[in-house]
Amino acid sequence: MNEQLIQTITKLVVEKLKSNEVSQPSAGTADVQIKLHSKQATGALTELPPPENPNGKVTFHQTTSAKPEKKSAVHPQPAEKTISKQEEFIEELKKKTPSRIGVGRAGSRPKTNTWLQFRLDHAAAVDAVYGEVPDKILHQLDLFQVQTRVKDKEEYIRRPDLGRKLSDEAKELIKKRCAFSPSVQIVTSNGLSAKAIEENLEDVYLSLVQSLGNLGIETGTPFYVDKGRVALMDEIGDVLQPDVVVMLIGERPGLVSAESLSAYLCYQPRIGTIEADRMVVSNIHKGGIPPVEAGAYLGTLIQKILKYEASGVSLVKKEG
Amino acid sequence: MKLKTTLGSEVYSFTELKEVFAKANEEKSGDRLAGIAAKTVQERIAAKMVLSDITLADIRSNPFLTADEDEVSAVIEGDVNETIYRNMKNWSIAELREYILSNETGDRELKRISKGLNSEMIAAVTKLMSNLDLVHAANKMEVLTTCNITIGHKGTLSSRLQPNHPTDNVDGMIASLKDGLSYGIGDALIGINPVDDSVESVKRLLHATHDFMNDWNIPTQNCVLAHVTTQMKAIQQGAPADMIFQSIAGTEAANRSFGISAELIAEANELAKKQGTGSGPQHMYFETGQGSELSAEAHYGIDQVTLESRNYGFARHYDPYIVNTVVGFIGPEYLYNSKQVIRAGLEDHFMGKLHGIPMGVDICYTNHIKADQNDIEDLGVLLTAAGVNFIIATPMGDDCMLNYQSMSYHDVATLNQTFGKTPAPVFLEWLEKMGIYENGRLGRNAGNAALFS
Ligand code: B12
Repeated sequence: MNEQLIQTITKLVVEKLKSNEVSQPSAGTADVQIKLHSKQATGALTELPPPENPNGKVTFHQTTSAKPEKKSAVHPQPAEKTISKQEEFIEELKKKTPSRIGVGRAGSRPKTNTWLQFRLDHAAAVDAVYGEVPDKILHQLDLFQVQTRVKDKEEYIRRPDLGRKLSDEAKELIKKRCAFSPSVQIVTSNGLSAKAIEENLEDVYLSLVQSLGNLGIETGTPFYVDKGRVALMDEIGDVLQPDVVVMLIGERPGLVSAESLSAYLCYQPRIGTIEADRMVVSNIHKGGIPPVEAGAYLGTLIQKILKYEASGVSLVKKEG
Repeated sequence: MKLKTTLGSEVYSFTELKEVFAKANEEKSGDRLAGIAAKTVQERIAAKMVLSDITLADIRSNPFLTADEDEVSAVIEGDVNETIYRNMKNWSIAELREYILSNETGDRELKRISKGLNSEMIAAVTKLMSNLDLVHAANKMEVLTTCNITIGHKGTLSSRLQPNHPTDNVDGMIASLKDGLSYGIGDALIGINPVDDSVESVKRLLHATHDFMNDWNIPTQNCVLAHVTTQMKAIQQGAPADMIFQSIAGTEAANRSFGISAELIAEANELAKKQGTGSGPQHMYFETGQGSELSAEAHYGIDQVTLESRNYGFARHYDPYIVNTVVGFIGPEYLYNSKQVIRAGLEDHFMGKLHGIPMGVDICYTNHIKADQNDIEDLGVLLTAAGVNFIIATPMGDDCMLNYQSMSYHDVATLNQTFGKTPAPVFLEWLEKMGIYENGRLGRNAGNAALFS
């Protein structure tokens, strides 16, 4: 990525963060509510005070704060340092990341509540795998739906090769309904997480379309593919002959976020395209790259791909 | 070369060595996906029996991918020590297994035969070994390597601290870093996967970790696991990187899909030696994992254990500081459940060690695979018993960016304590100074990230 693009996205993200709108990943979603650090029972263990704040807010800054002075490892902080100071410091740390830090210990093991919370979150993430995208969203965005060669969830998981191919009907349908050889073909798919589409598609998609519009870049007829894989774009490329395909697809669900979306991009993907010629913007969700900003950023990225007539490693080479 | 055997009244005959290799594997969903797995358990055992009589010379003279066709083959072939090979080329795979397991065979002997074996031979013997064979044999070997500090000693279990963050936020990364250090994690390295594969982002993370290590006198090494070309640019622009990372695969075509070649890796190694901040002599870090060749549609009908072994043959050419398989990372299409992940973890670790490389494991699973944290704790115990050089650790085992679960900070400390092991000696000294470890296990300041205030 060139300097300018980095600056653009950095600025976008920083602005968003300054406005302090980024909320805790997953908080508030109905069925997959993930509390990162729940209140814990005060045990007899002395190592660490139980974490108080169940809702570490994520804040983002681009650089480290002022460099600390050289610390002496020979005189570590005394253990008897007042608990409240310690607690405060750890609470501060927890606000900076959605990861499960400052959870204390029982001997060398996690505390009971932390462990059970983790198991619960895993159970929720397992349930979030695959899933169907509600028709409503597709209607709203005017996306028609096609199928890959995959029949059901289990086959989707076991046969990535089938998720990389359109069904015969799908091929016919996109031939019939889509503009041929557009500059940019937008494709969307649930991939490994329908939630990712549910939560982010509207924002990413609308801001992407707007951004491309502003840049004067023509787009084809977008559609939605059920149970697709990234490399499916190669066959779509063969059929529709676009210059660029951008595929918005659900990433595999994690514990902190089961709704993370990726945008995979490629210049003239065709059957036989290698992965290295694709590129990806990942972790699009409200605790990662905010969806609206991601859409805008993707527009400028596509502009660059069109300019250099290359993506991925080939783009890096051409850029020098 | 006999490719036929009779079990009871059933005759099992195979058309080529590649088929024997594939069918001799323990059950893996990836081999099924490729359409090359044994149809029945009996056919699997028949293939193992046929394989046990094949000689090392048979394997060498019937390559699945020749050195002319594939540069990974060329690299591996070029590194075989002909003298050592000649002395054992008539051994059958059964004999090789028994030599490895013999009580007369120790670290020195294994390192010697290692030089005469190619990756296919190492894969072959692995297919005949039980899980306990793999643990026991791997544990005979001690592979020491040095970047800034030396790791791999018997009696130690090192770890990579992986403080990833969903937007590469430096303060967020440092928060997780502090937490991990307070559990004694990070002697193998502090290694971050960046979300944003841009030179700027990579430089920022390299500087932040390097500064933190300096400020607190931490004897370890840093790395940001972007694409190799991005890391090279960052280093050329003056960013402090102790080593260079890259994901690798077992065929040239799969490597090409990763955007790399043998030449590029050699260049990266040279650059790390000349402009990296690590004192060396080792400067490279590789990750591997069963299934990546098939995922890239570059597997040539070769089974995933053999392809994985070729990763290690390729890796050893560059004298790496560390290598780890990310076993269970990709998903159920290659390793379906915990049983398959556990088997693959033990295979990969053993094959790496028998190649003489400093083998670690990212013991992990995704949320679409049939496994849970208990399963990978099991594998953690097995691999610690097998003498794994290092494992990967994330806060409570949850990586909030890569969307998978690995071992936790707590787990590394627990494995060390349970097995009477410790982190690497130089790092342990630092931990003791900090009060994080006392008397070889977690001490008064353990788990208290406020230590770094
Ligand atoms: C699984 C995974 C892999 C697997 C992919 C195999 C597979 N079958 O999925 C393996 C281990 C092989 C892999 C390798 C690499 N990956 Co990867 N990977 C992921 C991960 C964890 C999940 C992807 C996912 O959910 N896909 C959705 C499903 C539906 O897709 P799929 O069709 O089943 O699988 C395809 C994609 O996963 C894709 N893919 C996976 N990684 C990458 C990376 C790049 C640059 C591209 C173009 C494509 C790609 O390849 C698969 C086959 O077509 C993401 C993290 C995330 N939060 O998304 C990182 C991630 C996408 N990978 C990343 C990187 C850097 C790499 C490597 C370049 C690392 C390296 N230095 O070598 C390599 C090489 C990638 C390549 N060119 O092929 C980065 C990308 C950063 C960026 N913005 O460029 C991410 C975001 C993680 C990170 N922050 O480090 N990866």
